[in-house]
Amino acid sequence: MLPQASRVIAVERETRDTFTFTVAAPGGGSGFAPGQFSMLSVFGVGEAPISISGDPGEPDRLVYTVRSVGPVTQALVTRRPGEWIGVRGPFGASWPLAALRGKDILIVAGGIGLAPLRPAVYYVLRRRGDYGRLVLLYGARSPQDMLYRKQLSAWSYLPDTQILTTVDYGGLSWRGHVGVVTTLFRYARFDAQRTAALVCGPEVMMRFVLRELETRGMALSDVYVSMERNMKCAVGFCGHCQLGPHFVCKDGPVFPAARVKRLMERYEL
Amino acid sequence: MRLEAKELASLIETLRRDGYEVVGPTVRDGAIVYDAIEGLEDLPRGWTDEHAPGRYRLLRRPDNALFGYVVGPQSWKRFLLPPRVRLFSVRRNGDQPEIIADASAEPPPKYAFLGARACELAALAVQDRVLLGGPYADPIYRNRRQDVFVIAVQCTQAAPTCFCSSMGTGPKLSGGYDIALTEVVEGAESWFVAHAGTEAGAARLAALGAPEASPQDVARAEEAARRAESMITRRLNTAGLRERLAENFEHPQWDDVARRCLACANCTLVCPTCFCVTVEDTSDVTGSHAERWRLWDSCFTQSFSYIHGGPVRASIKARYRQWLTHKLSSWHDQFGTSGCVGCGRCITWCPAAIEITTEAEAVCGFPPSSLRSEQA
Ligand SMILES: Cc1cc2nc3c(=O)[nH]c(=O)nc-3n(C[C@H](O)[C@H](O)[C@H](O)COP(=O)(O)OP(=O)(O)OC[C@H]3O[C@@H](n4cnc5c(N)ncnc54)[C@H](O)[C@@H]3O)c2cc1C
Ligand code: SF4
Ligand code: SF4
Ligand code: FES
Repeated sequence: MLPQASRVIAVERETRDTFTFTVAAPGGGSGFAPGQFSMLSVFGVGEAPISISGDPGEPDRLVYTVRSVGPVTQALVTRRPGEWIGVRGPFGASWPLAALRGKDILIVAGGIGLAPLRPAVYYVLRRRGDYGRLVLLYGARSPQDMLYRKQLSAWSYLPDTQILTTVDYGGLSWRGHVGVVTTLFRYARFDAQRTAALVCGPEVMMRFVLRELETRGMALSDVYVSMERNMKCAVGFCGHCQLGPHFVCKDGPVFPAARVKRLMERYEL
Repeated sequence: MRLEAKELASLIETLRRDGYEVVGPTVRDGAIVYDAIEGLEDLPRGWTDEHAPGRYRLLRRPDNALFGYVVGPQSWKRFLLPPRVRLFSVRRNGDQPEIIADASAEPPPKYAFLGARACELAALAVQDRVLLGGPYADPIYRNRRQDVFVIAVQCTQAAPTCFCSSMGTGPKLSGGYDIALTEVVEGAESWFVAHAGTEAGAARLAALGAPEASPQDVARAEEAARRAESMITRRLNTAGLRERLAENFEHPQWDDVARRCLACANCTLVCPTCFCVTVEDTSDVTGSHAERWRLWDSCFTQSFSYIHGGPVRASIKARYRQWLTHKLSSWHDQFGTSGCVGCGRCITWCPAAIEITTEAEAVCGFPPSSLRSEQA
């Protein structure tokens, strides 16, 4: 599957190493589902899997939030409006939001893991009456590493919506929570019996979150996680993204937690 | 039909005349490899191969058999899933990059494979499932695969590394070919019993105008095929293997094999079903031209599982375990078939003489079935 050349429309700085940029969807856009990802190329440098972080209600533009950690992501974040990148996709399984209608939605994110969850927030906000409470728990390394800060703050004023954030290191001016994301659970108001949880972040964080959710009385069958693995093709051919019997690119990246919990507990699987 | 060497030669010749690139076994650098051949003179006439864990060498045969060997280090995958292939080029067209698929640039050769073994046809079927059987088909593989003409050659001998009978893939040919040949050695020379597996194969055989094989000829060919079967000593106990491997994620045998494995990746490169690839971008100095290439990769490298923060499978233990459990267990979950066809290449070409059969049975707690059959 070939990339299509797409023009960068806007670039916005989120943190010192993370940028959100908007590209014109190739061919006007075929739409995407929250939780799906694209393969983004800077030609001559390489390609990387990047979640779509924008609003699924605006399919003509694709929004990505990229943290620069290596050659490809560094080349991506230095693109400027008017420049071109290559886009393949969208790929992968999405957060099953249509099937979760009527439930409270609990979103738990760590670091850049908020990017694939933002489309789920947009989706729920556009269909507010279809869902119960919306609770978002977000942990970042420091206040300076938090994504979408203005948006998080704006959402926190919406009815039936609770946005809680925490950081590992606060610094002097930080007056919010300090500690790992699971420490936020005691402030979160949701009814475990009628809640679905969507989780994305580093794998250790997700393991702790799953444990916490179970302690809070949630059934694993109401929990979904998004996994990260090395990916070179996104269509099941390169073998890189295997997680036991699963190909994260095509069977995931979003999985019902019950399907992958045991695999997540296997060290170096 | 009974073919003499000269009719085999004319089969090769007519295929070449019809635009096929005939690929078959040939001797190079002390091994039997697959490469383009022009006629019988390129075949490994009078050669055989000796296999043992971590050991391979060519020996002279007492006769002039053309296919009197078992398997070489290469498989047909190098022609259908090339070790290195360009996916596309990018040209700057004013300011907008233009992406040119390589598949459209030059049509792949039309291949005729001469000398494919039963296990190798099984491996082709496995790769067909992986690369053509899902929602996406790999266009490079498909273009190269769709017109392949297969002349299979029945094994008439087996190596101590072979365990196709345990995997249900051989040694008897059972489809997947256009023409099947069984070589019968008589004195110093040999002749063939041929039969067609497809209409295309039947048409080519008919065009040779060779005589029907007599019942005695057919009996001689069947006897030769049975010889291969009787030479197989290696076994893999597959009953419950898939489940036990998935369960025994923590087993001391993984640590044991990790102390011997060099993570050299030989086993994945010689394996006819291993399909893992990576991609690499290149660009010229001016940045006006870029290319993306696809290359064979191996789960034995650390970079294979790298994500930000470090490789998922940092230890050799984890990488060997991934390879073996993928072949014999999770491949079933993914593709509804075993990922191992029992060709034995990974055993022969492992510098540490690691045997997949022995390791798998040890992890499962099965008694070693190969040893037992050798003692018997
Ligand atoms: C489904 C999915 C969604 C993702 N979404 C986002 C996102 O929204 N925002 C974001 O910033 N990051 C995201 N990532 C992570 C991102 O893909 C990696 O950070 C990126 O590939 C790193 O490449 P690099 O060359 O910049 O860096 P390096 O880490 O230096 O890469 C070194 C080598 O490792 C390879 N590599 C490292 N990680 C990966 C990977 N996950 N897949 C393939 N190759 C890898 C690179 O290709 C390169 O060859 C996502 C990953 C996955 C699997
Ligand atoms: S795993 Fe070994 S024996 Fe099995 S098909 Fe691959 S190379 Fe042959
Ligand atoms: S099992 Fe043998 S061939 Fe495979 S990586 Fe280890 S040492 Fe190399
Ligand atoms: S990314 Fe290639 S198989 Fe999943």
